[in-house]
Amino acid sequence: MHGLAFDIAHFLAGGMVVASFLLLYQDRLSALINIFALHSLVLVLAVGWQAYIQDAHHLYVTAGIALIFKAVIIPTALHRIVRQLGIHRTLEVVGGVGRDMLAGTALVALAILVMLPVTAGADALAREDLAFALAVVLLGLLLMVTRQNAVSLVVGFMSLENGLVLAAAGARGMPLAVEISIAFSVLIALIVIGVFLFRIRERFDSVDMQAMDTFREGRRK
Amino acid sequence: MPAGVRFATMSLPLLLGLPMLLLAVGVYAIAAAQRPEGGRQVYGIALFACVVLLALALGHLLAGRAPTTLTLPLGLPWLGAHFRLDALAAFFLIVVNLGGAVASLFALGYGQHERAPERVLPFFPAFLAGMNLVLLADDAFTFLFAWEFMSLSSWALVMAHHQEPANARAGYLYLVMACFGTLALLLAFGLLAGPDGGYGFAAIRAGTTSPGFAALVLVLTLLGAGSKAGLVPLHVWLPLAHPAAPSHVSALMSGVMTKVAVYGFIRIVFDLLGEPALWWWGGLVLALGGITAVLGVLYALMQHDLKRLLAYHTVENIGIIFIGLGLALAFQANQMYASAALALTAALFHVLNHSLFKSLLFLGTGAVLTATGERDMERLGGLIHPMPWTALAFLIGSAAISALPPLNGFVSEWLTFQAILISPELPQWLLKFLVPAVGALLALSAALAATCFVKAFGITFLGRPRSPAAAGAVETDRYSLSALFVLAALCLLAGILPGLVVDGLAPVVSLLNGGARLMAQHDRPWLTLVPVVDVKSTYNGLLVLLFMTLSGFTAAFLIHRLASNAARRGPAWDCGFPDANPAFQYTAGSFAQPIRRVFGSIVFQARERVMMPPPGDLRPARFEVKLRDPVWERGYAPVAHAVVALSSRFNYLQYLTIRRYLSLVFGALVVLLLGMVLWR
Amino acid sequence: MALIADYLVQGCQMLLILLLAPLLTGWVRAVKARLLRRRGPSVLQPYRDLSKLLRKEVVLADSASWLFRVAPYLIFAALWVAAALVPTFASGLLFSWTADLIAIVALLGTARFFLALAGLDVGTSFGGIGSSREMMIASLAEPAMLMMVFTLSLLAGTTELSSVARFMLTAEVGLRVSLALALLALVMVAIAENARIPVDNPATHLELTMVHEAMVLEYSGRHLALIELSASLKLLLYLSLLGCIFAPWGMATAGAGPVAYLGGAAIYVAKLALGGLLLALFETSIAKMRVFRVDQFLGAALMLGLLGALLLFVSRSL
Repeated sequence: MHGLAFDIAHFLAGGMVVASFLLLYQDRLSALINIFALHSLVLVLAVGWQAYIQDAHHLYVTAGIALIFKAVIIPTALHRIVRQLGIHRTLEVVGGVGRDMLAGTALVALAILVMLPVTAGADALAREDLAFALAVVLLGLLLMVTRQNAVSLVVGFMSLENGLVLAAAGARGMPLAVEISIAFSVLIALIVIGVFLFRIRERFDSVDMQAMDTFREGRRK
Repeated sequence: MPAGVRFATMSLPLLLGLPMLLLAVGVYAIAAAQRPEGGRQVYGIALFACVVLLALALGHLLAGRAPTTLTLPLGLPWLGAHFRLDALAAFFLIVVNLGGAVASLFALGYGQHERAPERVLPFFPAFLAGMNLVLLADDAFTFLFAWEFMSLSSWALVMAHHQEPANARAGYLYLVMACFGTLALLLAFGLLAGPDGGYGFAAIRAGTTSPGFAALVLVLTLLGAGSKAGLVPLHVWLPLAHPAAPSHVSALMSGVMTKVAVYGFIRIVFDLLGEPALWWWGGLVLALGGITAVLGVLYALMQHDLKRLLAYHTVENIGIIFIGLGLALAFQANQMYASAALALTAALFHVLNHSLFKSLLFLGTGAVLTATGERDMERLGGLIHPMPWTALAFLIGSAAISALPPLNGFVSEWLTFQAILISPELPQWLLKFLVPAVGALLALSAALAATCFVKAFGITFLGRPRSPAAAGAVETDRYSLSALFVLAALCLLAGILPGLVVDGLAPVVSLLNGGARLMAQHDRPWLTLVPVVDVKSTYNGLLVLLFMTLSGFTAAFLIHRLASNAARRGPAWDCGFPDANPAFQYTAGSFAQPIRRVFGSIVFQARERVMMPPPGDLRPARFEVKLRDPVWERGYAPVAHAVVALSSRFNYLQYLTIRRYLSLVFGALVVLLLGMVLWR
Repeated sequence: MALIADYLVQGCQMLLILLLAPLLTGWVRAVKARLLRRRGPSVLQPYRDLSKLLRKEVVLADSASWLFRVAPYLIFAALWVAAALVPTFASGLLFSWTADLIAIVALLGTARFFLALAGLDVGTSFGGIGSSREMMIASLAEPAMLMMVFTLSLLAGTTELSSVARFMLTAEVGLRVSLALALLALVMVAIAENARIPVDNPATHLELTMVHEAMVLEYSGRHLALIELSASLKLLLYLSLLGCIFAPWGMATAGAGPVAYLGGAAIYVAKLALGGLLLALFETSIAKMRVFRVDQFLGAALMLGLLGALLLFVSRSL
């Protein structure tokens, strides 16, 4: 059961979890975006490997889309946004990386604990893939919850979506049309978010979520 | 009748006679306390009794004798007082009486400085007798009686210096927690005995308990024995009460009485309850142990009072012991008896080790206290110069408790790690996650313990004196020193010959573990410790010590011979800073500052504030640290508030008329009768 | 006869690491100098430093105690024994079962314990700052290292290094995320424990940044020589550990004969050279971090180690 095919798939899927952890560890925006590109690259490799061992050609297309959009276009676009907003040098104040990583480890444990008993019948590869994918999704959510900067939120969201694609690649038989539509919707989401970021910035002179919160508090009074 | 058998039948009465002797000494001490030689007499007899008890128990354990029982017509008329000596009791008798003997030896010197001997001398032998009787008891009534006797006599010792307000509070809290613990144990025994009231341990062993009741017994035992041992969150009384007593009693309370509590847990859960029915028992104990270990050492790191630091550190070690016990329960629940044997051996080994080094450290603190009158580390320092021998013994104890090879603390932690490493075989998912997490907690607590004892030893004994009291210290007396070095030597011996200790523990382990034990270690080459053959992990403390000694001495010899042995004294360099005042040294608080920032901000919500007056202002700058105790604030304070609120609410009952009282009684009676009717 | 040969090989290993340790330090310094486009001292400079220090007289502070004089020998002994227990050119030597990986970690702890005490002994503010920070770093690095040990031992079924090295050569190992995590954690711990950039800077005496150097500030003469040699031994130990666990190729097995031993030694030296090169490259390409970033760095190492062990606990039971 533990052949080389399994080992590589395990390695790549696990690599995505590790990349998610690296995202949690970063506190500079440009580094965060670079790691996100790495995250997507690992996803491309993982999906590509799944395509190879499952002999499913449409997965190559998925991998290709991911490579172009997520590993190249979106990071580039985000870099540009960050530079235009003039926040590429700001350090995000993170409330304790250690605590975040501890929570992340607990989430990984939770993901595995939930997934493995549920999927007891399936083969080892799909089980592990699903567990790791859920872990990546949860870590993406954690990133979104713990960060204050809107750009980090976007990165968290994108990494979450990477987790979904990983799950889809592991579970056989996701139609290509769905894949492509997801990919495009994500791209559109990016554009919309980008536009909003600039609008927010015009209004508040900041993309710090706290600024918006204080604004809302002010309105409520 | 062969001599061995005769000895075996005789040993239990003899064993029981000695606690009686101790009790008698306690009574005698009431009269003798005022005489100058009274202390010597009392401690001398206590030393004698403990040594004989130790020898008898050691003989019983090493000869592998069968359990012997004895019933005395005391206590409840239909029950009598049952006593029994088996391997488990014998092992804990060794731990208790080793500690007792050394503490008595220390007190031969230390007791001379006691301000109020009439408050210590009568209770010291009584305390020892109580602990011995707990171990020998073979029915619930005797056990609880002895347990309570032990609690009360130690409470009296805590209150020996009751004039200090902090001690009075500590005593009060201790009394409340001790009563609570005994209540929990009482209920546990009630459930174990069942409706027929079979309170003898033999009857309980023979009977069966339904799974629900068994789980309840486990929880009650955790509450009862755990509160005495200091499991988080039941530890709050321990760091207040243990330091309040005179130091040789602190050594007994921390080093030995907590082990009696562990004995209570083992006796009830492993012996009386029989097989653990459910795997989560192990998980529960394991998780509690892990949390206790880390929290205990973090609390200890925040302390500046040497004795309180040691007391908090006891909490950590209890956590390590319970990690081993929890693993053993989890293994037993899955019928993995070979692995359970390893975990149990690790836990029992740590019981022995902790009793050795914790007694050593408390006694060392006693020596410091005699020499300087100070417990506050911020006012000590540089004691290695006037007290080199105490410093050496304290250093050995510190290294042992920090789990440094080749001393004994490392061996038991190593065994615990090995037990953790064979645990992926456990089938339950939750345990699969819990065990590595607890492993990380254990590793963290071991590393933090080293930090804690660098602080404890470094700030107290090294550097330069921070107060005149520390500068004027003199070396302690010979009795105290010999007590310290007996323990230090035992720490080293148990560290380099762990195989022999493991072999000594084997009968205890097989008693608790359905006959399974670790294989014999004494015939291994070079006395290497090989816990499990197919795991192939080995450790040899003897060789590590040998290699270290050889390489260290070779280096010293070659360098002094061939290179240079010249040395000159001069002022300290300190990067060119001249004539540094001793106040410029690192203090206990500043040493712990990085740890406080890294861990304390999460666990204790540590907040630091620096108030720097503006230039030209002559006020001194102030630095404030605020720590909050999460367990006390979240766990105990609400309960205490609720109790106070309730009692003030019911306070008005105190001022009612007699007619009102009568109507209350009448109402209660009617309600009870109604309840009976409805219940039917 | 065979027994004597075994003793000899074991003795050779102990001598080899003792002789190689300063060379490794010199090599790392030389590469760093080259990378900074300096000529730098020769790779043999650490030997010259040591021999000079050994011949100089010791200046003890007035407030130094006996512990201060004993500590260098203790530290040196603990580190030498620990380093000698890591398989270098051959696995399964005569005394390789004396201590497993956990015990080696603990021996490093022993050395650190006494070094930190020595830092406090004279009673200066610098010694204290060094000891306190060193212990803070260790309190996170040691658990991270032990989590790596867990991962290895779950895979290899043992914590004994020779067996681990043999196991890592078999095909059973496969490609595992846990191993990658363990490697990452070990590298991070190695950087922190050896007081390298970005955690500490071995080449500076700038007060606010130093940890290790602050602790040994009061040492001089032969004591300082021993401390420096111990530091070199520690670096060698970590590189040997990385080599023995993650690149065990070319290691001779016990009793393979002198030719195989020589081959193993050559490969071992090559591994060390490569490791030193990578270390120097890494150090020149990164900036030193603040002291209170170190806990995040090592906390990450701890979490990675824990994650590796967790994943392994899971995938073993699939």
